[in-house]
Amino acid sequence: MQELVRVENLKKYFKTPLGMLHAVDDVSFSIKQNTTLGVVGESGCGKSTLGRTALHLLKSTDGKIFFEGKDVTNVNKRQLRQLRRNMQIIFQDPFSSLNPRMCVKDIIIEPLKIYKVCKSKGELEDKAVELMSTVGLSTRLALSYPHELDGGRRQRIGVARALALNPKFIICDEPVSALDVSIQAQILNLMQDLQKERDLTYLFITHNLSVVKHISDEILVMYLGKVIEYAKTEDLFARPLHPYTQALLSAIPVPDYDYVQKRVLLKGEISSPIEPQKCCRFAGRCPAAQEICFKQEPKMVDMGIRHLTACHFAGQVNLL
Amino acid sequence: MEKLIEVKDLRIEFASGKKIVKAVNGVSFSLEKGKTIGLVGETGAGKTTTALGIMNLVPAPAGRIRGGEVLFKGEDLLTKTQQEMRQTRGNRISMIFQDPMTSLNPVFTVGDQIAEGLHLHTKLSALEATVKAQDMMERVGIPAARYNEYPHQFSGGMKQRVIIAIALACSPELLIADEPTTALDVTIQAQVLDMMRNIRNKLNTSMIMITHDLGVVKEICDQVAVMYAGQIIESGSLKQIYKNPQHPYTEGLFKSLPKINENTERLIPIKGIMPDPTNLPEGCSFASRCPIADKSCVNIRQLSKEIEKGHFIRCMKRS
Repeated sequence: MQELVRVENLKKYFKTPLGMLHAVDDVSFSIKQNTTLGVVGESGCGKSTLGRTALHLLKSTDGKIFFEGKDVTNVNKRQLRQLRRNMQIIFQDPFSSLNPRMCVKDIIIEPLKIYKVCKSKGELEDKAVELMSTVGLSTRLALSYPHELDGGRRQRIGVARALALNPKFIICDEPVSALDVSIQAQILNLMQDLQKERDLTYLFITHNLSVVKHISDEILVMYLGKVIEYAKTEDLFARPLHPYTQALLSAIPVPDYDYVQKRVLLKGEISSPIEPQKCCRFAGRCPAAQEICFKQEPKMVDMGIRHLTACHFAGQVNLL
Repeated sequence: MEKLIEVKDLRIEFASGKKIVKAVNGVSFSLEKGKTIGLVGETGAGKTTTALGIMNLVPAPAGRIRGGEVLFKGEDLLTKTQQEMRQTRGNRISMIFQDPMTSLNPVFTVGDQIAEGLHLHTKLSALEATVKAQDMMERVGIPAARYNEYPHQFSGGMKQRVIIAIALACSPELLIADEPTTALDVTIQAQVLDMMRNIRNKLNTSMIMITHDLGVVKEICDQVAVMYAGQIIESGSLKQIYKNPQHPYTEGLFKSLPKINENTERLIPIKGIMPDPTNLPEGCSFASRCPIADKSCVNIRQLSKEIEKGHFIRCMKRS
């Protein structure tokens, strides 16, 4: 399989009155075509910023972004316009990401109009019908407005809009977090079907570990702007190496009566991402932290077949 | 065991223009002292409205309680005046609301907000109330030294702890928690649930836990009631519901979840969406989405039947 997206040492800092906020700090990953990379982490860990920076919705502070082998870090406006055809995004909140004054059909065909893909009005109409049936929306809703529809249907509009230009790469920023579980399953199935049919590549951002396990081939675990573990899905769940990943996995309430879980309760909360110190960012909450963790920043090490983790005691710590 | 609270055939409606939204349609359940019941269901199932009904806080005039009883230690709360209810709320029954960011007053210190209930409901002096409030802060895991800080100085998880401290300050007999951990990250959620469990066990508080997360229910509840379109469609002990779900909707909920402890190739969603609460069918409200329903389900009113001791379902196909 071919590599579609590669990101190297990506950084995104924001200026704040208190200093630089390191939202994304030195993140590297690559995604093969037709696979899904899941990004997990708690609120404020920089996962959405990572998605937006990779898509050029935010200008990166440093680092490189490659798309189909080409360096697209510093593209000009015209090149970016062409690039965007192949890179789309589905947003978290299906209630605020759709224009309330546009009907379903107009929302879906807006990208086609912008890129002047269709020659005639008739072609646009046909395309709208086709897209609506692809995502499982009844065509009788074409002239409805978003407020008339429920969350699941609205999110289907978001998916249809993202698919309109036939992109290769879609960033899904918490696409199912606002949905109820029965509807969430509908949308996740739809996204998996579309991936198979259209050879899509996903960067799937979520805080829900069960969802990310279900949909991803590889997973990136983030903590305070840093990647702390990066591995194949099976490996990550079978053998989580970083103490934070271990704690995170143990904290999920599992709806299974017989499932007994050893729980690692973390103390305290996430520290500030503003001007972080040169040390392990998780050290303050880590039950296994030692002196070195507060003095030196751990490097990413490969602990097997592409199972990377950033911990001074990688492979030696097991909290579970 | 004595029943602390018994809800009988509670019905709540909201007027919306010319239509009537039937939010709660005959909810009945009871809870013993020291036990926790989980009210589970999806958005719009009527979980929060049921809780507001118990507190007699349904926003009038749009909303009104159409019928039913809420017996708290034998007294019907629905027949009490608002003034009498004010003696009860925050004192004998407390409620925790979902969003920790908006349920605190930004211009008062958190300590004063915890002590407020004590001033209203107990005869403690100002100093005693302060001491008690500080004690509550320690119990929920906040250093008492932060008594004079304001809500904006606290993180989400800490704010939720403050809210729990406020709710528990007067040692209520019943605590209604409406999605208390939904806005929190999983590691923080684990801390807060752990703390709630400890305090509940120490104070022997009964709890009604409202949530959509079946995992959270398993963590903290003894009993479960699954709600759908304003009705409890299945209820029983935690074990009965989790090991042997009988109602097709409950089954569907469990099947549609991605599992962390097993591998599923494809999820099994429940087809369709919840019916419009202004236009509920005569019979079973789940019939249009149900894999085993037939014509009779749509027309016949489903009654709650006991299929094994303590395990009730509203489904004529399965009972």
